[in-house]
Amino acid sequence: MKAFIANLNFRRLVITLTISWLSIFVLLPHLMVVGTSFLTADADNFAIWPITLDNYLKVLDDTYAGVFWDSLVLSGITTVIALGIGYPFAFLLSRMTPALRAILLFMMVIPFWTNSLIRIYAIKMLLGKKGLFNLVLVSTGIVDKPVQLLYTDFAVIFGLVYILLPFMVLPLMASFDKLDQSLLEAGKDLGANAFHRFRHIILPLTMPGVIAGCLIVFLPAMGMFYVADLLGGARSLLLGNVIKNQFLVARDWPFGSAFSVFLIVLMGLLLWLYYKANQYVQKQGGMDDQNL
Amino acid sequence: MTRISDPRAITGRLFKWLFIGLVFVYLYLPMAVLVTNSFNKSKYGHNWAGFSLKWYQELFDNNAMMQAFGHSLLVAALAATAATLIGTLMALAIHRYRFPLKSATSSLLFVLMMSPDIVLAITFLIIFIALGIQLGFWSLLIAHITFCLPFVVITVYAQMKSLDPNILEAAQDLGASEARIFRVIILPLMAPAVLAGWLLSFTLSLDDVIISSFVTGPGFEILPIRVFSMVKVGVSPEVNALATLLLVLSLTLVAVTTWLIKRQKNQ
Repeated sequence: MKAFIANLNFRRLVITLTISWLSIFVLLPHLMVVGTSFLTADADNFAIWPITLDNYLKVLDDTYAGVFWDSLVLSGITTVIALGIGYPFAFLLSRMTPALRAILLFMMVIPFWTNSLIRIYAIKMLLGKKGLFNLVLVSTGIVDKPVQLLYTDFAVIFGLVYILLPFMVLPLMASFDKLDQSLLEAGKDLGANAFHRFRHIILPLTMPGVIAGCLIVFLPAMGMFYVADLLGGARSLLLGNVIKNQFLVARDWPFGSAFSVFLIVLMGLLLWLYYKANQYVQKQGGMDDQNL
Repeated sequence: MTRISDPRAITGRLFKWLFIGLVFVYLYLPMAVLVTNSFNKSKYGHNWAGFSLKWYQELFDNNAMMQAFGHSLLVAALAATAATLIGTLMALAIHRYRFPLKSATSSLLFVLMMSPDIVLAITFLIIFIALGIQLGFWSLLIAHITFCLPFVVITVYAQMKSLDPNILEAAQDLGASEARIFRVIILPLMAPAVLAGWLLSFTLSLDDVIISSFVTGPGFEILPIRVFSMVKVGVSPEVNALATLLLVLSLTLVAVTTWLIKRQKNQ
């Protein structure tokens, strides 16, 4: 009987810890952000009654709609470039011998383990007027005098892709790994050429990887305020800069929260898309273990 | 027609390796520039002015920076330890126990993993203010523990699935308590995954910029905040030296983790 109670206590302890930690530090704060976005800003108490929709109206206001749009475009371009590099990279890697693939994948991930702020600083060094890029451009005679690369949208995209590329490649690799080679052989035997095999077999079956990759590149890209701060120009380019500014400088928490709710909704939308793509692959590809 | 002499195949292979090579140049060039410049006498690193260790000397003499570095290592070590402990228990709960809200628990872990850092940053800030937790050491620690949790749970849970249920049943039949089964059987078998989870958490914590910027307080400065204010205004060669040291630290940790995971797979 004593042992039974002791077991019950240990079990209860583990379960209570799990539920309470996640409720207090994940569920409750997320709900509070959504709640705060409907409140009114106040200098002393961060957020007060009454409930209002003003924050959302302000998000759609001309000044902020511009930032919003810029941020979406920059993150969008970043995602497309990361996919453009990451997809062929993952494809080529997936066709290599396991040993070689493991080495290349490992080399890909090493920068991902280093401090991202320091890596952005490295890019700042690289793109400066007297940095290595301009040195090469001038000495090879491509340009007459150093060009302005730093503090431009180009630099921000360069930095975002740099930080986020491994996040694109890893889910794509997982998708390519699951690709059933016999399907490709069947396609070949039935007379499909390389393009058709890609278009009708490889692309649809790696779609979950594409969506997962885009999801974990696109959303974080909008938040990386330090990339825009160090590499971008004077205006705040990314949603992250606006949110940081509203929370830490302007102290308009409800407004900052409204911006974040947009990100949360976008995340939900993309997750739903991912779920749908996975379902499609399960149906079409006949694979049975597609758990997240 | 052999594959090797086919000109199309040769061009294809050339393009393939050219592309892969370029990707790696992109990934490694910025870091190579930092490491090289950390040994460069010239402050701005526009040219090579000779080998020097003076930036390392300046780094070690920079008290504010060294203090921030110490704080970061402290938070990373404590957060990794606590996250590993809690995360392992969470993995146990999800793997071994049935309880209400279990699927909700997994969903919350998934949300935690997928939420962009900027969203997590403000959720933490809001809850700390609401609970009256002073921004500084404790807020940083709790936030870091929390964002490391899902990665520990995933690593340990994956390993738990390979546990032989017969061993656990035998232990149960012989009268071992749940706590004892966990401590004497499950934990030792999970050791590689637990250690890998710890190392992953440690690196994640050291790497974080966004969440730390929101939940840090004036009394407790950590590395990213210090580095950020230094590199924002201009060139600071001590950061190059610091980057090189961090790189060596990360590479060591990666090597250890990879070795552990490999060993775990072989078992």
